Amino acid sequence: MNEPTSTVSMTVNGASVQREIATRLSLVDFLRETLRLTGTHVGCEHGICGACSVLLDGDPVRACLMFAVQADGHAITTVEGLAAPDGTMSVLQDSFCETHGLQCGYCTPGMLIAAHALLEQNARPSTGQIRDAISGNLCRCTGYQQIVDAIQLAAQRRGDAVSLAAQRGGDAVSIAAQRAGDATR
Amino acid sequence: MRANEHLRLTYFPLHPMKSATFQYAKADSIPHACALLCEYGVDAKLLAGGQSLVPMMAMRLARPAWLINVNEIDELKTSARRSGADGEVWVTGAGVRQIDLERDEAVAAAVPLLRQGLSWVGHVQTKNRGTVGGSLVHADPSAELPLVAHTLGARCVLRRADVERSVEANAFFIAPMITATEPDECLTEVHWPIWRRERVGSAFDEVSIRHGDFAIVAACAQVELDHAGRCVRAALGIGGAASTPVALDAIARSLHGTALDPTTVDAALRSIGDHLDPASDVHATAEYRIHLARVLAARVIRQARADALSPPHRGPQ
Repeated sequence: MNEPTSTVSMTVNGASVQREIATRLSLVDFLRETLRLTGTHVGCEHGICGACSVLLDGDPVRACLMFAVQADGHAITTVEGLAAPDGTMSVLQDSFCETHGLQCGYCTPGMLIAAHALLEQNARPSTGQIRDAISGNLCRCTGYQQIVDAIQLAAQRRGDAVSLAAQRGGDAVSIAAQRAGDATR
Repeated sequence: MRANEHLRLTYFPLHPMKSATFQYAKADSIPHACALLCEYGVDAKLLAGGQSLVPMMAMRLARPAWLINVNEIDELKTSARRSGADGEVWVTGAGVRQIDLERDEAVAAAVPLLRQGLSWVGHVQTKNRGTVGGSLVHADPSAELPLVAHTLGARCVLRRADVERSVEANAFFIAPMITATEPDECLTEVHWPIWRRERVGSAFDEVSIRHGDFAIVAACAQVELDHAGRCVRAALGIGGAASTPVALDAIARSLHGTALDPTTVDAALRSIGDHLDPASDVHATAEYRIHLARVLAARVIRQARADALSPPHRGPQ
């Protein structure tokens, strides 16, 4: 059997990539196996668990339900793209640590992507909106409550950072990251 | 080792959750998609949102030789009100994403059942990809959009090369995953009727294992009341209780001229089982599905009536 191949070009976490790949390669396998971005997890591979969630042009999607060829010409953000280039965790990621929003960590990249997308659209989500935003992501450890707590804490910190920045004219996100870092130490 | 064999061995070591091989083409326009379909016909599948087709390919339940990607066709993403021979309709391109339809305030005002139905569909990640047309041609008997289409009598526009035809929902859905769409046809548009009168209300409800799962049974209704509060027009539909969604036109007509009071509605729904043909499975028996259909139908009629009466009116304008 001859394996059909395709050439794809896309932006992944801000960097342009171009590869020749098997046409049937799923986007999540492309990210993990070809690009070695193993932060995105692969769980059920048929669109149920949400562990493989990534941002496609800013919107959360399941990377197991797309072939990599479909992402040609588009921009992908994985969980690796949420942290600062120097590895500093985002406010949201730090909030997951703070509230014990993960145990085994398998669902975490998908939860972070779903929550990140929510907070980008809705800075002050209600508990119901948070639960709705992560309803497509399964977690077998936490019982979800600490994940909801994490997202609420992140929303609060991001809000605080915005008002602090307004007062001091500083960089909102770095202030929040610093505060979060202080709190965990 | 043949050319590219290393790719197969590296990525697909007899894994049950990887798609079989296929040839791939990206269509740039509706005519281009139709030309590709004419060429590959029964061996080809159109790939829109992929939220049903791709899992079926992962499980090897579907093994199309050709996949034709229609996601980049802008003509399939239009969404606008249009006046035509059959009155006013909201026209959605088949490629409109479910999330965009759900969030569109103008759609919610014109065809409120769409937003009401979509609130039960999947999750944000699946709605960001899933399309209106993809849901209809997949034709799951318990899916929400096919139920709304069937209840309102939406029209599906199918294109083959230069020939276009339009099929009403009651002739479009034939069986689970089988529609009137021929292998060389592409669903391009869906025309959703707009009820323009003042006192129009609608409601959608369902029972499922978890919110976002396919419904065990779903029901939706839309009613129009006169100034005395009497029903002058009604539409009622049930999903998940037959091999296609079912529009209960006879029952809906029997409600005309009534005040939609509980006694009248209960009497009209007594024989609902005669119009349904549910299966028993691990989730529910056929008897339970008929019970749910009756309970949910009564509930959505009651809610649609309240919606029509509620000030400030937020029904279709």
